[in-house]
Amino acid sequence: MSPDKKVLVIGYGNPSRCDDGLGMALAERIRALEIPGVTVQIKYQLNVEDADDVAKHEVVVFLDACLCAPPPFFLRELDARAGTLEFTTHSLAPEGVLGLAKDVFHAPTQGYALAVRGYDFHDVGDDISKDAQANLEAAVTYLAEALQPGGSLHPMEVGA
Amino acid sequence: MSSSNTTDKTRRIVIEPVTRVEGHGKVTIHLDGKGQVEEARLHVVEFRGFERFIQGRPYWEMPVAVQRLCGICPVSHHLCAAKAVDRIVGGEKLTSTAEKMRRLMHYGQFFQSHALHFFHLASPDLLFGFEADPLQRNVLAVAAKHPELARQGILMRKYGQEVIAATAGRKIHGTGAIPGGINKNLSVQERDALLKDWPQMLAWAESGLKIARDYTMAHLGELADFGSFESNFVSIVRADGALELYDGLLRAIDADGKTIFDKVDNQAYLDYIAEEVRHWSYMKFPFIRSLGPQKGWYRVGPLARVNTCDFIDTPKAEAARQEFKALGKGRPVHVSMAYHWARMIEALYAIEKIGELLRDPDLQGTDLVTSGKRRSEGVGILEAPRGTLFHHYRVDDNDLVSMCNLIVSTTSNNEPMNRAVAGVARKVMNNQATITEGMMNQVEVVIRAYDPCLSCATHAMGQMPLVVEVFDRAGNVLNRRIKSREPVTSR
Repeated sequence: MSPDKKVLVIGYGNPSRCDDGLGMALAERIRALEIPGVTVQIKYQLNVEDADDVAKHEVVVFLDACLCAPPPFFLRELDARAGTLEFTTHSLAPEGVLGLAKDVFHAPTQGYALAVRGYDFHDVGDDISKDAQANLEAAVTYLAEALQPGGSLHPMEVGA
Repeated sequence: MSSSNTTDKTRRIVIEPVTRVEGHGKVTIHLDGKGQVEEARLHVVEFRGFERFIQGRPYWEMPVAVQRLCGICPVSHHLCAAKAVDRIVGGEKLTSTAEKMRRLMHYGQFFQSHALHFFHLASPDLLFGFEADPLQRNVLAVAAKHPELARQGILMRKYGQEVIAATAGRKIHGTGAIPGGINKNLSVQERDALLKDWPQMLAWAESGLKIARDYTMAHLGELADFGSFESNFVSIVRADGALELYDGLLRAIDADGKTIFDKVDNQAYLDYIAEEVRHWSYMKFPFIRSLGPQKGWYRVGPLARVNTCDFIDTPKAEAARQEFKALGKGRPVHVSMAYHWARMIEALYAIEKIGELLRDPDLQGTDLVTSGKRRSEGVGILEAPRGTLFHHYRVDDNDLVSMCNLIVSTTSNNEPMNRAVAGVARKVMNNQATITEGMMNQVEVVIRAYDPCLSCATHAMGQMPLVVEVFDRAGNVLNRRIKSREPVTSR
């Protein structure tokens, strides 16, 4: 990552629903690394005001859990124009936040979504499952390197 | 939306999910053989379980635990539970710093919630029209065509969230209110940061109010019979009759504005309010006990509050209230779509109150908690952005919750929303050979005026879309509309 780029990392999810807390857990681990130029936010869900923060950074990486991505994690680049119709805008998808940053604040922020594969989203509790924990460690290793000065994010291809 | 034909030519419409509201519900509309709307209902199809599963938990967990039934208005539940628990620890007479910190948190919640609803959930209907292309009816289209308006909405919402973070410790699911008080004061740095942007927020609240006011006045003819009806209204008011959001006495007025009850102590709410269960919805139907379920249903929320109060104690909001009330010509305003106007009067009130409090040195006080004689029962009532919120707990000798009853704002508006849905369905669908998407959206428009939170109303967990269906008399689905949200990351 270019040292002069301001990077925003947003981890979100519900830590009370087991593996749904993977995004937050990953963000906490990245925050602890104190990587220069990288700001970390942790929240339950994305909302319209996040567009203002996103617009103030060159790069944003959204961290979430997912049930369907290939393990250990999946990284994709976001298209701000692909903001989908929301049945409720009390919360937004990453594309929606990026779209608002572009349309409202005229920000050319580059966006990525990193989804850590989880398995248990049904129980109530704050324990991440064993397999998901291994995926989390792999994501920490990858992001820690990619966000360092000189590192880079490489979107993955579906099926890769 | 889906449809089918039947032999007796009667039809039923289902709208599912209803969009740009919070929660999972369904609208069903029954048409008779002549194409007349026979019956229309808003069903809430989530399971209600929150009151049950917190039984057995320690009472001091309630302010933090119960707010988790909602990610939208957690501050309301946080503070309402805290008020009830204050009674249990005998700490209901808060220190000046604690009460003002809680009030600041509450006004921040009102400001962000009303801004989010008006600018991002309701504005597509008002800016593009009720029958506009569905691809336009969302916040991203507002951002593309009216970026300055979208920007103001975003930054107003963000400001309210910053007020919450400074008082509750974080923006969502904070921990600021504790039994008998608050766990932090407002630092000078936090105060100054909020004061810096306050003038801009006040100006935007005024311009937002003007949009809502001008829209209502310009469309009054069509809005007057758009899901509108006469009703009773309930809210808390201050002892002197002023608009009150955090702590007041219960007041109910009838359709003419005459008092049904007034100055009712919160602890006695069950003597005045009862709830009815209907088999087709998980959401209960509250009513004024003395009038019974048929005549005792009532409306809550911004429209109710601006109707029930005698005055507002901030100058700009009071001037706006007087202009609003002139619409009723001495009676309450009954236009459902006027909820938006009333909501923006309250947004202005909230930011005026935030300005007052930020200049109050009590917020830097250090006397944060009080306590007294322990009780085994406590009721907390406040006005949430969507209406009057009731929390009622009983605890046993081991400090564990043995009973919990929650009446949330959207539950009180259950019967009114059903009437609004039926009114709009009759207005736009009677005698129509084809039920269009635009007609279906008009039903959703009037639901959105109430800004319902269906997840709160049933205290459910999980994702909750809302549906609209049209049925014939034989029960066959003629039209069905379901929108589901795209998963964020293939979840």
